[in-house]
Amino acid sequence: MTPAVAHAARGYLLLTPAMAVLAFTMAAPLGLLLAYSFWTQHGLVVDTRLTLAAYAAILSDPGFALVFLRSLAIAAMASLAAIVLAYPVAWFIAFRARAKFLWLLLVTIPFWTSYLLRVFAWKVILGYNGVINSGLMALHLVATPVTFLLYNPVAVVLTLIHGYAPFAVLPIYVSLEKIDPSLLEAAADLGDNPAKRFFRVTLPLSMSGVIAAFVLIFIPATGDYVTPSLVGGANGLMIANLIQAQFGRADNWPLGAALAITTIAAVSLLCVLAATGARRAASRIR
Amino acid sequence: MSSPPLLEIRNLTKRFKDRPAVENAGFTIARGEFFSLLGPSGCGKTTLLRLVGGFIPPDDGTIFIDGEDVTTRPPEKRLVNTVFQSYAIFPHLDVAGNIAYGLRSEGVAAAERERRVTEALHLISLSGYGRRRPHELSGGERQRVALARALVKRPKLLLLDEPLGALDKHLRESMQIELRQIQREVGISFLFVTHDQEEALAMSDRIAVMQHGRVLQVADPKTLYDAPNSRAVASFIGTMNFFHGRVIGSDGAAVVVDLPDFGRLPVPKNGGDNFAPGTMVTVAIRPEKVTLSPVPAPGSVEGRIASITYLGDRSQIKLAVGTGKIPVTAILPQEQSIQPGADALYVSMPAVSILLLRD
Ligand SMILES: Nc1ncnc2c1ncn2[C@@H]1O[C@H](COP(=O)(O)OP(=O)(O)OP(=O)(O)O)[C@@H](O)[C@H]1O
Ligand SMILES: [Mg+2]
Repeated sequence: MTPAVAHAARGYLLLTPAMAVLAFTMAAPLGLLLAYSFWTQHGLVVDTRLTLAAYAAILSDPGFALVFLRSLAIAAMASLAAIVLAYPVAWFIAFRARAKFLWLLLVTIPFWTSYLLRVFAWKVILGYNGVINSGLMALHLVATPVTFLLYNPVAVVLTLIHGYAPFAVLPIYVSLEKIDPSLLEAAADLGDNPAKRFFRVTLPLSMSGVIAAFVLIFIPATGDYVTPSLVGGANGLMIANLIQAQFGRADNWPLGAALAITTIAAVSLLCVLAATGARRAASRIR
Repeated sequence: MSSPPLLEIRNLTKRFKDRPAVENAGFTIARGEFFSLLGPSGCGKTTLLRLVGGFIPPDDGTIFIDGEDVTTRPPEKRLVNTVFQSYAIFPHLDVAGNIAYGLRSEGVAAAERERRVTEALHLISLSGYGRRRPHELSGGERQRVALARALVKRPKLLLLDEPLGALDKHLRESMQIELRQIQREVGISFLFVTHDQEEALAMSDRIAVMQHGRVLQVADPKTLYDAPNSRAVASFIGTMNFFHGRVIGSDGAAVVVDLPDFGRLPVPKNGGDNFAPGTMVTVAIRPEKVTLSPVPAPGSVEGRIASITYLGDRSQIKLAVGTGKIPVTAILPQEQSIQPGADALYVSMPAVSILLLRD
């Protein structure tokens, strides 16, 4: 072994424990899932001959496509909104805050409560006898509680934003924190006012953080199961609910597996597209 | 009516947590002048430069650029550009993008912009480097890009904060020449910060020497070297011998000073300063002005050779005179040799070369 190879090998050695865990908890189940998606199931009997039947079933039913696209749209909206809300917070902490650590700690406070409880909180806020309705009634703005607040895609987006926005603050903060303040001084020196400085220096240099935030939120949001179950209603159902149904009541594991694999593929593709798109857009800023 | 100086600062003061970093600074810079700020680390050079650039507001004082009071203007509204100590090259833009940055900000048309960027690349001898990324450049090349980026804006005044500090001696010397040449070519004023006195002496039309936030003296290099106005300036620029003494009287254009190890010495008054008898003064002389001879001469004293340092074209020699508490440093040119075995020389200080500084 040359020293360089030995050096690299030692690096991989460090990865081994994590790799071993991942092999059992990630790779094996994923492989099984992939296999299942090419199998068929008749009652309790699983037919392990390889076929594309499950994928054909997905394509033939526009209901799947609807839920699928709705999931991606909801997740995209939630991620973008979370980023828009988180960016100013991250900017403040990186450039203006004195007690940075304290602010970062405050940002993580929502995580001190379980995600489930936070979703329930939104039910309490948006529900029939909820905070908003009580308020409206007390002000005599409505006679009977309004019902359009809960059990729809908007409620899902709202809850997802609240749940995931803190995840956006951290990567954006890290990328902003790395920006050398003298670059902003140089931009001012060369004639840029504060707004131009932001769009020409700060934004392109923090794009990696924005992309990280998007990926970090978009992936789990697309596959979120709890939120649509609790606040989504029939019109707010997402792909995870559908997948869960296949493994549960519908008892069609190959179809569930095919849906999961399709989702993974679509989300990965979209993340790559979004990341390259954002990076290219940033590099076009001059 | 004569035109106003390009830059004038008056009573400029900046404090950080009540500690002054720049105190009551004032000077003017003329059009086309190469003006240096020289002083030890931490004396407030960068702070003064940042005040002029508009990056920090002064606590007191006024800044005029071309006769206009710009004290409260933000940097983007001052006709001044800066070459930062750290270069501050934009990492997300290529070399051409960096140089064009300020032109885009002004809204210069694409064709004109391109022309000026090409011109600037030529000026810094980096033609063809336009598409390079900053991380593909050497330190010296990056420094030149920072210079070009500021120069294409055609500012009235260019501020440079130790731009050659990160370069090795060889590159620094060639960049000094190049920088001076560029400055003459484009004809704009430079406010150049350095803590290297040789660099300042070699490049500047005039130099402001700073210490502890104060401007001690503003003068051309020769005056600073030959007639420093204070002990601090004299010791910061070049090597200097200092002796303490007491004024015992005056003799026409000279005052007579009593130096412990040299006896009485007439020293030219050097300006209108009035030194009353009894005043404690510092007498200073450059090593190369001290004359040495193997035989006694009128007014000379015996100096025992303490050390000789060979410096190539000359030797530096330290001699102990009288009680020997304060050694005298002198320079021995190569052609003047010391007889082997000699352990003493006769030291004299020509009156015309002696400086009188108030303590
Ligand atoms: N932002 C700041 N906050 C507090 N003190 C500061 C700040 N900037 C500078 N100082 C202090 O002001 C003094 C002057 O600093 P300045 O950077 O102007 O020195 P300098 O002459 O440029 O030194 P160098 O040659 O090392 O670059 C120093 O004592 C420094 O510690
Ligand atoms: Mg400095």
